[in-house]
Order: sequence, then structure tokens, then C-alpha cells
Amino acid sequence: MGDLQILIDAPIFSVQLLLDGLLIGAIFALVAYGLALEWGVTNIINIAQGDLVILGGYVALTVYHLGVHPLFGVPIAAAVLFCVGWLIYRTVLFRVIDRDLFTSILATFGISILLQQLIDKVYGADVQTAEANLGTLFLFDNQITLSNIKLVAFVVVLACGGLLLWFLKRSRTGQAIRATAQNARAARIMGIDTEHVYSMTVAINAAICGAAGALVVMVWVIQPFIGLAYTIRSFMIVVVAGIGNLGGVLAAGMGLGVAEQFAGFLLGAEFQIGFVFALLVVILVVRNLRLARKREYLH
Amino acid sequence: MLHPVIRRAALVSAVSALAFVLGAPAQAKVEGDTIVLGAALSFTGKYKTNGQHTKNGYDLAVERINEKGGVKVGGKSYKLKVVYYDDESTAARGAQLAERLIKQDGVKFMLGPYSSGLTKAIAPVTEQAGIPMVEGNGASRALFNKGYKYLFAVLSTSEQYLAEAINLAAEQAKAAGQDPAKLKVAVAVENDPFSQDIRAGVLDDAKRYGMQIVIDDKLPKELNDMSATLTKVRALKPDLLIVSGHAKGAATAIRQLSEQKIDVPMLAMTHCEAAQVRAKFGALADYTLCATQWAETMTYKDDYFGSAGNYAKDFESHFGYVPPYQAAESTASVMVWKDALERANSFDPAKLRDAIAATDMQTFYGNIKFDETGKNIAKPMVLRQIQAGEYKVVAPSKWASDKIIHPIPPWSAR
Repeated sequence: MGDLQILIDAPIFSVQLLLDGLLIGAIFALVAYGLALEWGVTNIINIAQGDLVILGGYVALTVYHLGVHPLFGVPIAAAVLFCVGWLIYRTVLFRVIDRDLFTSILATFGISILLQQLIDKVYGADVQTAEANLGTLFLFDNQITLSNIKLVAFVVVLACGGLLLWFLKRSRTGQAIRATAQNARAARIMGIDTEHVYSMTVAINAAICGAAGALVVMVWVIQPFIGLAYTIRSFMIVVVAGIGNLGGVLAAGMGLGVAEQFAGFLLGAEFQIGFVFALLVVILVVRNLRLARKREYLH
Repeated sequence: MLHPVIRRAALVSAVSALAFVLGAPAQAKVEGDTIVLGAALSFTGKYKTNGQHTKNGYDLAVERINEKGGVKVGGKSYKLKVVYYDDESTAARGAQLAERLIKQDGVKFMLGPYSSGLTKAIAPVTEQAGIPMVEGNGASRALFNKGYKYLFAVLSTSEQYLAEAINLAAEQAKAAGQDPAKLKVAVAVENDPFSQDIRAGVLDDAKRYGMQIVIDDKLPKELNDMSATLTKVRALKPDLLIVSGHAKGAATAIRQLSEQKIDVPMLAMTHCEAAQVRAKFGALADYTLCATQWAETMTYKDDYFGSAGNYAKDFESHFGYVPPYQAAESTASVMVWKDALERANSFDPAKLRDAIAATDMQTFYGNIKFDETGKNIAKPMVLRQIQAGEYKVVAPSKWASDKIIHPIPPWSAR
């Protein structure tokens, strides 16, 4: 716990950890929001979520290799992945949409393996990055350093979130998506083409993953086989925040990001992810206890 | 006229007798004037890049040895040939294929696969069959404490990868009139067996000098961000930062050190080449010390490639890229086989095993001499520093071509 003393003596490092955690968490939150959307509307837990992120990263990388600034990769990856998502629904997922959860998990697991191998075939297994070259922001007399690309990513995440919120609230398709999420059968009776809604939802989720992947390749690194980490992380965030609550997902994502940074600093990197999982268990237990108490009142 | 049943039975027994005669390996896998070596390599899956480097290394050695008269055993010249199978980068498949090579194909001379994990899977198979395996791409020290008799590695094992950085830091401290025991070392190493071997070697050497380990982080495999560890580096100001986590770790470290503008006097890493830090990060990767098994600027010599530099030229003209050390050590493995076959003057695996164990030679890749566990103890690891975008050998001093730039200038001055 010698490292705790550092934080007490020099609180500035806490600020650094806090800001890093918020910025890192936001990207995960974006991926998690896509997962929640698809889960809520189609009742499919997408195991291939992380692999779509990585695919988005490779699309952005391709754009970058063509000599375009990688930031333009964000909308391009989103557009390409939108089509990929639509294709995935039309070829595979529509067959499992009414089946039980186990079947759809298996199906998306298969897609995950397929994506990994295809990416590996096309791009190779090497670690890849794209340089945005945006420099570093210095705060508090150079004691805090934030890479500008993380800040830009944060803004992009907020913009994507806002855009989605507006889309779901205002647009015709968005309203249809929400109606289907509430009650698919009723929506069908009201004349909503739920097949179209499902394919749109899967496609939108893929587009979100694409945008996130384009950010990941600029902020971190990508490699064909590291998608699962993103799937698990976003799943965790959704479990904490619940489905269909953008604010909650953002808060949970950033909260877990901050928790991870402090755990890494104080306990060592080996506990960084383990700590977050432990936290998840605690949250679930506490929540369960609270629900049980509520049930008692109802008796 | 024979009864059809008898005729069929006669035919069957004739065919099986023929199969027995043809199929039974005479003494070993030698087809006419060709000696057949076998290897399971990763042509698909996550190791396919390095699997290809390994294959290219083997192929270049085979081609060169055949050009220069082949291998002389019992007064006769034999050509070399390698049978390959794709292990799909998975351990279970590697072990299966090793069985197949030995039992079905009758191969008696094995070359190693790519990676410690695959070697770990295959070594028990070759060991049980009593077939020697010479490998150049399994560096985990766990391979050499199991008492294997038939496994030989031409490369330096993992615990030596970055230990040289500790020596270098101590040397620099002494040169500056400081006590090496005062040095603070930070270690951030991925939590997998291979990287943990590297960590163990570093900790051993640091202890020898009495250095203080201020950070000892084990980075989880899923971790893509090491900013918490780097914030700790900024807070604790170590004199030497050691990072190892395959290509992902190398790329992440260079990127985040430069983004967060973390100043350390000395930075030592593995997998710089695999992560292509020089091409991807340019000047941001400068001053980094990179551990390598081999460098083309080394001064080793042999009769087949001349020098390390010549090997690099030959390799590039064949395959169109500069050879990574994975290719060089693969080539050296085949050269060990050639040397041992000639000295044993026999195809008997037991005799060959003893001949390999007695190897004492210099190749373009370095000196090769095995200890009783089968690892090469004659070749040190090399540290190269990236100076103005070029890799320069700076340690160990005996083979160094350049001087280290120490300490690394702060980011504000870069």
C-alpha cells in the first residue's frame, strides 16, 4: 500500500488516474451501448461485439494506409460496419431471432470466430496502430498529461451517443425500434415491419462498433484476436447499467474505467481487470439484496 | 485356376508384404540420397507471420547446404529436405502432427515449431520416441528444466532476454561514479509464462546488484492500456523501465510513454521488431533498448553464409524482406543438424543425439554449444538501441558496434 501514500502526498496523480479512467471508460461505454441496444431490441447477446470493434479498427486502418487522416476513419468505419451488420442479420441472425438465448449466443460466437479468422487472413496477425498525431495536452504545470486523441475520442463518443439518442427519440425508424423493444408482437400488429427494425438495429450496433473500433486503433492497438476483451467489458457495463439507459451505460463505463485505473495504480496491473470483475460481483450481490428487500415490502 | 478367395488372400498378403518392405523405414527417414527432416509450423492462426519466418529460415539453410555439396554421411553425399505440416498455431494440433511425422512419415530428424507453447506440446512426443529435435523458436526456460534429453535450442532462453539491460544500467551507473545498488528498477511485464520468465531473469540480476524494484506490474493479457502503470512510473521515477508483453505490449508502451510524456533514463523492451515500433512510431521510439537474439551487424562468421551481414543480404534477395531473428535462428537449427549428421556419420537417432549434444561451432547466427539441459549457452542476448531511427548494437560490449545514449533526453527536449 506504499502507493496509496503517493496519492495522499501528491493528489495530482489521483486527478491523472481519474481523467484517464473517464476517457478510457467512455470508449467502452460506446461499445456497451450498442450491445445494450441489440440485446434490448432483438434479445440477442452479441458475442461478436468485440470482433466488430476490431473489424472497425481494421477498416479505419485501411483508410489510414490510403493516406487519409485516421479521424476520417470513424465515419467510414461506421458506414462500412453498418452494411456488415445488415448483412450479418440478413444471412445469419434472422434465423435465430426467435430461438432461445443459447442458440443466438452460439450463432454470434460462430460469427466471432469467422470474423477473427477473416481479419487474420486479410490483414495478418500483427499488431496494428494508426497515428492521429494530435499531440498531448499538458495541465497543472505539466503534471497532468492527456493525449489529445483520447480527448477527441471522448468527444466523438458523446457525439455518437447524442446522435443515437436523437435518432431513437425523434426519427420514425427510431420510434419503431423502441416500439419493437417494448413489445414486438404489438408493434407488428400496429403495422411495424419488425424484420426491418431488427436488421436496422443489428446494423446500427455494428456501426457503433465500427466507430468505436476506429477510435481504438488510434488510442490503443488492434490485433485480430483481441476482440473478446471488448465483448466482455461491454457485457459487464450493460449488466451494471441495465438495458436501454444511455446515461447509465455512460456512467457505468466511465465508473468502471476509473475503478480500473485506481486498482491498477494501487494494487498493481495484475489486479486491474480482476478488481473490476470483483466490483461487478459486489454490485450484483448488493442489487440482489436490495431487490429481495423490496419484495418483502410487497408481501 | 485358383479359387477367387485364395487368389484374393494371396493378393492381400503380397500387397501387405510389399507395404511392409516399402513402409518400414530402413534405418531412418532417408529417401534415396535425401535426408528428410520434419517440422510442424504455424502457417495459419496467430503465429502465421513468425511461422513463415521460421519456414523461410529452414528453407534457406536447406538450399544453401544442398548447393554446397549437401551432407556427407558414410562417404556419401545426401541432400536435405523438410516435410512441413500446418499446426494452425494450436498446441494440440502441433503434438498430433509431431506424432504423424514420426509414426506415419517415419521422420527421425525433427526441427522445432514456432513459439515456446508449441515446442512445449511437441517436445514430449519427440522425447518419447527418442527422436532429436533442434529448435530455434522455443525460448521458455520451462522447456529446459524437465530433463529432456532430445531437445536442443540454438537460441538464448527467455530469462536472458532483458537481464543484459540490468548489467548495462549497472555499467552506466558505475561509469557515472554511482553505486548500482542505488538504482531503482520498474518492471511491467505481461502475465504469461514467457514474459514471466523474462521478469524472473531481470529480478535475479537486479537482486545480484542489490537494486530496488519499485514497480513490479504483471499486465493482464486482455489489458490494452497501461496508463495506470505509467502514472506510477512518473510518480516513482525509476532509473530503468523494463517492458515486455509481445508485440502488443511493445506498441502500447511506446505509444503511451510518448503520449503521456513519461521520462525514464533507460527503457528496455522485447518485441520491438515484431511491433515494428521504428516504422510505426518513428522518432517516438528513439532511445529504446530492444532485446534481440541476433542482429545482422554482429561479427560472427561461417562457411555457408560468410557473415551475419551476408546472411541478411541472401535472405532479402530470396524472400524480399530483412530477416528477423526468428528466421536466422531457424537457419542455424538446420546447420546444427548438418554438422551433427556429419560428425555422427550415422542415421541412428541415439548417436545423433550425442553428436548434437557435443556441438561446438560458430555460425553466422552466433556460437552454438549446448549445456546438459540442451540450451545454447555460447550465444548472449543482444541489446540494440534505436538511435535516430536505426537499430544500433550497444550491448554486450564485446559485440557492440555503437555506444549507448544514456540517459534518454526528456520529452521536453526531444
